[in-house]
Amino acid sequence: MAGQDEIADTLAGLAMFSDLSTPQLQSVAHTFEERFFPEGERILRQGLTGSGFFVILDGQCSILVDGQQRATLSRGDFFGEVSILLGEPPVADVVATTPVRTLFLAGPAVESFLVGQPRVMYRMLQAQARRLRNANRWRS
Amino acid sequence: MAELTDRPFPPGDYPLIVVGSGPGALQHSYALSRLGVPHAVLSADPSPGGMFRRWPFFQRLLSWTKPYAPVERGTRAYERFDWNSLLADEPENRALQPSLMDGSSYFPARAEMEANLVAFARRTDIRVRYECPWESTRVEETRDGRRYVLTTPDGEYRTPTVVFAVGIAEPWAPSTPGMELAYHYADTKPAETYAGKCVFIIGKQVSAFELATGLLQWARRIVLASPSPAQLSVVTKTLVGVRARYVQPYEDHVLGGGVFILDASIEAISRRGAELVVRTRRSDNGQQLDVDADDVIAATGFVAPLRDLPSLGVATFGHSKLPSLTPFWESSVAPGIFFAGTITQAAGGLKKHGVPANSGAVHGHRYNGRVLARHLASTRFGVELPRPSVDPDRLLDFVLEELTQGPEIWHQRAYLARVVSASPDAGLRDDGFVPLAHFLDSGGGDALAITIEADGTGAIYPVLYARTGGTMSEHVLPASPVLDFASPEHREMVVDVIGKLGVQAPV
Repeated sequence: MAGQDEIADTLAGLAMFSDLSTPQLQSVAHTFEERFFPEGERILRQGLTGSGFFVILDGQCSILVDGQQRATLSRGDFFGEVSILLGEPPVADVVATTPVRTLFLAGPAVESFLVGQPRVMYRMLQAQARRLRNANRWRS
Repeated sequence: MAELTDRPFPPGDYPLIVVGSGPGALQHSYALSRLGVPHAVLSADPSPGGMFRRWPFFQRLLSWTKPYAPVERGTRAYERFDWNSLLADEPENRALQPSLMDGSSYFPARAEMEANLVAFARRTDIRVRYECPWESTRVEETRDGRRYVLTTPDGEYRTPTVVFAVGIAEPWAPSTPGMELAYHYADTKPAETYAGKCVFIIGKQVSAFELATGLLQWARRIVLASPSPAQLSVVTKTLVGVRARYVQPYEDHVLGGGVFILDASIEAISRRGAELVVRTRRSDNGQQLDVDADDVIAATGFVAPLRDLPSLGVATFGHSKLPSLTPFWESSVAPGIFFAGTITQAAGGLKKHGVPANSGAVHGHRYNGRVLARHLASTRFGVELPRPSVDPDRLLDFVLEELTQGPEIWHQRAYLARVVSASPDAGLRDDGFVPLAHFLDSGGGDALAITIEADGTGAIYPVLYARTGGTMSEHVLPASPVLDFASPEHREMVVDVIGKLGVQAPV
């Protein structure tokens, strides 16, 4: 389908999905939901239950902890996974600083998705490892 | 019907224009009128009803109305059990749907739903200029601000505020090679046409399963295909997925009865002699699988018929080409352009635990339409909305009544909230209903937001949000197997939360 085909093409260019075949990419495009957020809208809310996992297709977001900006996210970045994996509310707000197009997967669906797509899980672990390395560098 | 075929609202300038005459437009126009907001209503159709004048194809709705419910028909609490009536202030205009049903099902027939909407329009005197299709749009910047010019065959209409309630009703099919050999769900032929045929249905959404269900006794073989597995509402425990009424083809598939449900992408459709061949590629192993068929039907959904609005900057997204909206359903980039009806699902809200609001159905968007009317009346027409005071001694009961009976927060879970504000000057005030996202993100003084939420496990439970001293806190109350949210445990927890607003109440 055209909409999902376009998303599948976009996913193919993102590191997290780069190991997947075309049918797998199409399946992912059908599994995730496309969500759009106007500039200034909060996508993830610090301290509130029931959040989800997001992959940015276009646009930029800020991560804010207690209102203080900590980082910027852009195309190909993902967020929301920490609170889902730990079963805790997010520890930060994520706010759209431009119009943002995302793919969204509800929290309860994340585990089965990652288990079913081990190459995506591996790429996600790599990204997390980079984040951890960078955080450790920053502290040292 | 004479009053319905009169042609009010000739071309000209109007303070607000509503486009459409389906349930979304009718509900919104009704609410605007009761708030004293002058407006015109234009519709391409010859009569009320919107998509229900034609669909669903197999002539019965998916949304129920229970003629006999645990509460009295016509009360506010009854709205929890009646998903199809529009909302009215006057008792005689409430709960019209059950009186128009013949008792054969608690799902109204299509014609019964259409009759419900026609009756509502007539009884509440909603005036519409029918057969006046909106064709194009442009912007004029004037000394008084931005004006939208809507072009129709009757002439031009100018307005600073326009509300499009045009549904998600434009058939859409992908540009797969050979798609011209298929036809859309909207063009499905009479069921008996498929007697003894092999039917290939592209898609696994509700409309695909609706067709498959209706063709079980006619078709020789039915194949449904799309890249990802079918979702069933009884598994997702939400309205996401194929509804229970249409699960029969799924059972037929798993029992090997002649229905095949494939997880595969559709690569091409071609003709081979008298039959069609659909080339698919399986999602699990990437292998090609060719399937022959007599008919290929694209149950691939509908899009919002936004015409030239994207050229005015209205950004769209997703499979249904929905407009990007603010929490109050205004285009995020074209101020003054609002949406009502099923398109309000474009403002997704929090979607906590992945559970969407019901804005894509009448029982959800009828409340959005009323909230939008209050918002427009207040912000664009200077209408001072009533904010009744709430006796502090009554606040606990007020909250518990809302949790156990309020239909707005019941149908629009984690999406609409009833708000009670607290200030030293004005005391406790009932601010009515607002989008929850607005309450959480707009800031403001001390207030309590009352909601019902669900987490996709089948649990339904109250959640209260308290904003005190500029800080927001979330309070998740327990679910109840019998939906009793006024138990001693709930009372105690509500007392704790309203205590944050400085209100002391006995348990």
